[in-house]
Amino acid sequence: MKFTLSWLKEHLDTTADLDTVSKALTSVGLEVEGIDDRAKTYAPFKTAKVVSADKHPDADKLKVLMVDPGDGKLLQVVCGAPNARAGMVGVFAPEGSYIPGLDVTLKKSKIRGVESNGMMVSEREMKLSDEHNGIIDLPADTAIGIPMAPLFGLDDPTIEINLTPNRADCAGIRGIARDLAAKNIGTLKPLPAPAITPAFDTPIGVEIKDSKACPQFLGRLVKGVKNGPSPEWLQTRLKAIGLRPISVLVDITNYFTIGLNRPLHVFDADKIKGNIHVRLSKKGETLDALNDKSYMLEDGMTVVCDDSGVLGLGGIVGGTSTGVSETTTNVYIECAYFDPVRTAMTGRHLQIHSDARYRFERGIDPAFLNAGMELATQMIVDLCGGTPGTVINAGAPVQWQREITFNPDYTEKLAGIHLSHQEQHHVLLALGFAIDAHHMIPWKVVPPSWRPDIEGAADLVEEVTRIHGFDSIKPVSVKRDDMHFEGALSSDLKRRQDARRALAARGLNEAITWSFMKSDQAIGFEAQAMNDNKRQTLTLTNAISSEMDRMRPSILPNLLQAAQRNADRGFPNAALFEIGPVFTGTNPDEQFFAAAGIRHMAAGHRDWSSKDADRAVSAYDAKADAMAVLESCGMNASKVQITTDAPPYYHPGRSATIRQGKDVLGWFGELHPSALEALDVKGPACGFEVFLARIPQPKKSGSARPLLKPSAFQPISRDFAFIVDEDVAADSIIRSAAGVSRDLIERIDVFDVYAGKGMEPGKKSVAITVVLQPREKTLTDAEIEGLGKNIIKAVADKTGASLRA
Amino acid sequence: MSAVNSLQSELESKISAANDLDALEKIRVEALGKKGAITALMSGLGGMQPEERKSFGAEINRLKDNVTRLLEDKFTTLKTGAIAARLQKEKLDMTLPVSTGQKGKIHPISQTVDEMIAIFADMGFTVAEGPDIEDDFHNFTALNFPPEHPARAMHDTFYLPDAEGEEGLAAKRLLRTHTSTVQVRTMKKQKPPIRIIIPGRTYRSDYDMTHTPMFHQLEGLVIDKNTHMGHLKGCLIDFCKAFFGVDELPTRFRPSFFPFTEPSAEMDIGCDRSGGGLKIGAGSGWLEILGCGMVHPNVLRNCGIDPEEYQGFAFGMGIERVAMLKYGIPDLRTFFEGDTRWLDHYGFDPLNRPNLATGL
Repeated sequence: MKFTLSWLKEHLDTTADLDTVSKALTSVGLEVEGIDDRAKTYAPFKTAKVVSADKHPDADKLKVLMVDPGDGKLLQVVCGAPNARAGMVGVFAPEGSYIPGLDVTLKKSKIRGVESNGMMVSEREMKLSDEHNGIIDLPADTAIGIPMAPLFGLDDPTIEINLTPNRADCAGIRGIARDLAAKNIGTLKPLPAPAITPAFDTPIGVEIKDSKACPQFLGRLVKGVKNGPSPEWLQTRLKAIGLRPISVLVDITNYFTIGLNRPLHVFDADKIKGNIHVRLSKKGETLDALNDKSYMLEDGMTVVCDDSGVLGLGGIVGGTSTGVSETTTNVYIECAYFDPVRTAMTGRHLQIHSDARYRFERGIDPAFLNAGMELATQMIVDLCGGTPGTVINAGAPVQWQREITFNPDYTEKLAGIHLSHQEQHHVLLALGFAIDAHHMIPWKVVPPSWRPDIEGAADLVEEVTRIHGFDSIKPVSVKRDDMHFEGALSSDLKRRQDARRALAARGLNEAITWSFMKSDQAIGFEAQAMNDNKRQTLTLTNAISSEMDRMRPSILPNLLQAAQRNADRGFPNAALFEIGPVFTGTNPDEQFFAAAGIRHMAAGHRDWSSKDADRAVSAYDAKADAMAVLESCGMNASKVQITTDAPPYYHPGRSATIRQGKDVLGWFGELHPSALEALDVKGPACGFEVFLARIPQPKKSGSARPLLKPSAFQPISRDFAFIVDEDVAADSIIRSAAGVSRDLIERIDVFDVYAGKGMEPGKKSVAITVVLQPREKTLTDAEIEGLGKNIIKAVADKTGASLRA
Repeated sequence: MSAVNSLQSELESKISAANDLDALEKIRVEALGKKGAITALMSGLGGMQPEERKSFGAEINRLKDNVTRLLEDKFTTLKTGAIAARLQKEKLDMTLPVSTGQKGKIHPISQTVDEMIAIFADMGFTVAEGPDIEDDFHNFTALNFPPEHPARAMHDTFYLPDAEGEEGLAAKRLLRTHTSTVQVRTMKKQKPPIRIIIPGRTYRSDYDMTHTPMFHQLEGLVIDKNTHMGHLKGCLIDFCKAFFGVDELPTRFRPSFFPFTEPSAEMDIGCDRSGGGLKIGAGSGWLEILGCGMVHPNVLRNCGIDPEEYQGFAFGMGIERVAMLKYGIPDLRTFFEGDTRWLDHYGFDPLNRPNLATGL
């Protein structure tokens, strides 16, 4: 919402300066977004007289002027304007001034050897218009040495406020003035409605077909008007806030829209056929609107029609068929109230952003139709002449009166500030509220007709505190006090924090990517295939682009594509993770957090100290990442089961599912080459996904740890190399060996896996170290040997292994 | 010259001439071994007269002590030399680069959320969360957005197809436009007092220099019997001072509008834009930082809480925005690109876990 200071002062009697007004506006909730104080911009430029104009000695098209800037001290100025001549009065820009139209700051200079001090400027150089055929040529009797700004109507600062959607009333300058008056920045000037004496009966009747869409519609014919350009003051005012003057009749409607939040419409009455009907549109009706666009209407839009058809969209935009023009002599004024909700829906549907829609959808003053019509008629008669007819009044004002029970002591309870009953009463009255018998608590408060946003007591607290100023509310710290406090985080959130730090510590960068992805590509990353119906429920109906139209079933695709983008920029080998939501449905229990990560291309850079530092990433890298996540959540990762049934976007032979009992905790492995191809990602790549909430909760038993019982005896280790079929899982060797003695076997490490030369085809060698930890006594050689035999037998029984010779 | 003296000078010159530990050991055996010269002299003592034995014995002992000392000194000298010689050969290039282990970085959003949690946890807040896909009730209706109110359109909501088996607004599925949805979910299941913060992903259909279709919010909610606007101001002023690490931070609360609060305000903090940069703290400028207000009685009522008995405040802020301000990150869109150069540069060491003891 933009307005000028002088326009504001038309409604507000005040001596306050711009800065005071600006601060007051922000403090009452009308946040000032920008101020354009053009008087300041144009302050350096003053009228000056060209005393003499002689030809430049070295340039045909240039002249050397002697200019009197008002103090009689002549300045030499070189000028190229064809209209520069002795005796003329123009605008002088001194050295050091900033020329807005050229975006330069003037310096003393020599032009073809002749010194020039400042310049005489054109309208374009002053950013007033595109006129650049010559310098500004003012009437010869213009005083010299006076600021240019008032001469060009530029001494009126414009103020732009960010209007919140609740403040319909301040979509008119008068509403803003009222708030400032309540804040004691002046007094609100009265706005008496003139008494218009109608000279005839308006012959064009009005029929309202849908009283909800349009509760009230006033129409009046004014005969014998003369339309044409508006007077200068009106044009200047509209131009200052960015509105283009059109004709005096149209400009008057804009003047009412901005000044009084009273949008009007004017028809060329001679073009109206029969009577006005206000009804709901039917699908397929069309309108050629005054904004030079044509619209195809849907069912249920509010239209203003005559006997021939649609003339305009009520409260949004008029039509060209009955628009006023230079030749209009009989004008029909519309002053109506249109339903905010229907106006908003229609405007949004047709994508029309008009000053009228902006106001009707927020709610204009339903009690300001009659006075608005009288004021508008008066202005038309004043500026265009003509004789007014009677007012046709169809419908009735919407019911706006309501009573709010308000105890002024509630202000202190809710806002934490003590304001006297007297002050509160004063503020509410200044804002237009009516309070009957204010010595009786609680008060019965009736909000003014222009404040549809006021609903209850809390709104009244806001009114009195915002006018008083939120700044005087004393801050009170919020302390933990007696709040029951067991830590701020849920166990789920804590896990995510821990997993995040663990993964970053392992060398993966944390990324945050969109929760959505491309629907075509999402299909390949469903852990369990969905039917199209289910997929549809997860597809946005108004996506920004097809690249992000589906809620992601997995985080991996977004990470993989990010990795590829890095590689394309020349930064390969990205290792990325994200902890975020994935979606299998729209219910709350179908959205859960996954910790997912990928490693792309090489595991690291070439390094002198490690010959295979730049090897390709493998499923084992992903497994290590996944296990680190489990460990970070307090789980012993060696206790999980690994099964080879990961989702189909993983490499079938190089991936696995992590299970705990019947729960799937996650997956890891190399990505399937086809899955990568579908994402345009060039491999190799591995990844993992872990569902943190499914990791079992460690049993809690206070903060104390069980007692450490270190053994007094040295651990012993023994190596075994087994030859097994290639597809025997290392896990089954480890588990069968471990099963031999749960008491003595402390740990088992696999230290070598070999297949190839020297090994029978289809076989491999798996070598393990078994660490024994005696607890009661030192083991004898015989005992150790017996244990070794049992291990060999157990592994052989389970896996068909033989001991490598 | 006595035999002892000549033996001593002989051994002295041999020890002095020894140039490695093996040669020295050989001399030691020749002198002090079972068949050594000194040992032989000692064994000759048995056949002497007591007087003679006494004086000669003392002489031999002196000899033995001297030789032993000479051997030890030479041993030390030779050993030190041998180690030095070995080390001389074992030289490595200490300028070769080594790896300290590759460490990744924590995303600025995560770090910022952890910082915020640290501050609010200290004020007795706990963290609550909820789903990203929501329904109309939790995102709008419960929060006092009337149907078709312009404020609803301002939210640029992403919609999903209507849920089957439901009708009208109840069937609407959408991506939450704010984390206020979790305020509703919390109030519906928990009796006051309530003191929660809600970090999370939020979505609006807008994509340009200053908007991304997904972003993060942190909201807060305090409901009890006596919390008023003074507490709201105190809580948020304390937060901003702690978060930005500025003790003298000018703040300003401006009346504003949100459907779910009444009165509503926006909070600005002071900043200094002189010199082209942006510095949080005392200066001539103001910077909008968050929206807040007293929870609207209709919202309390919609969530089953009696507004005659309970009241409180709510606030919400954009996490990207405050992270950008605090850490000087210029472009919002870069947060979600997964550019490793950006993550390396703006990310945080995983060992840097925000807490109030170390400062934020």
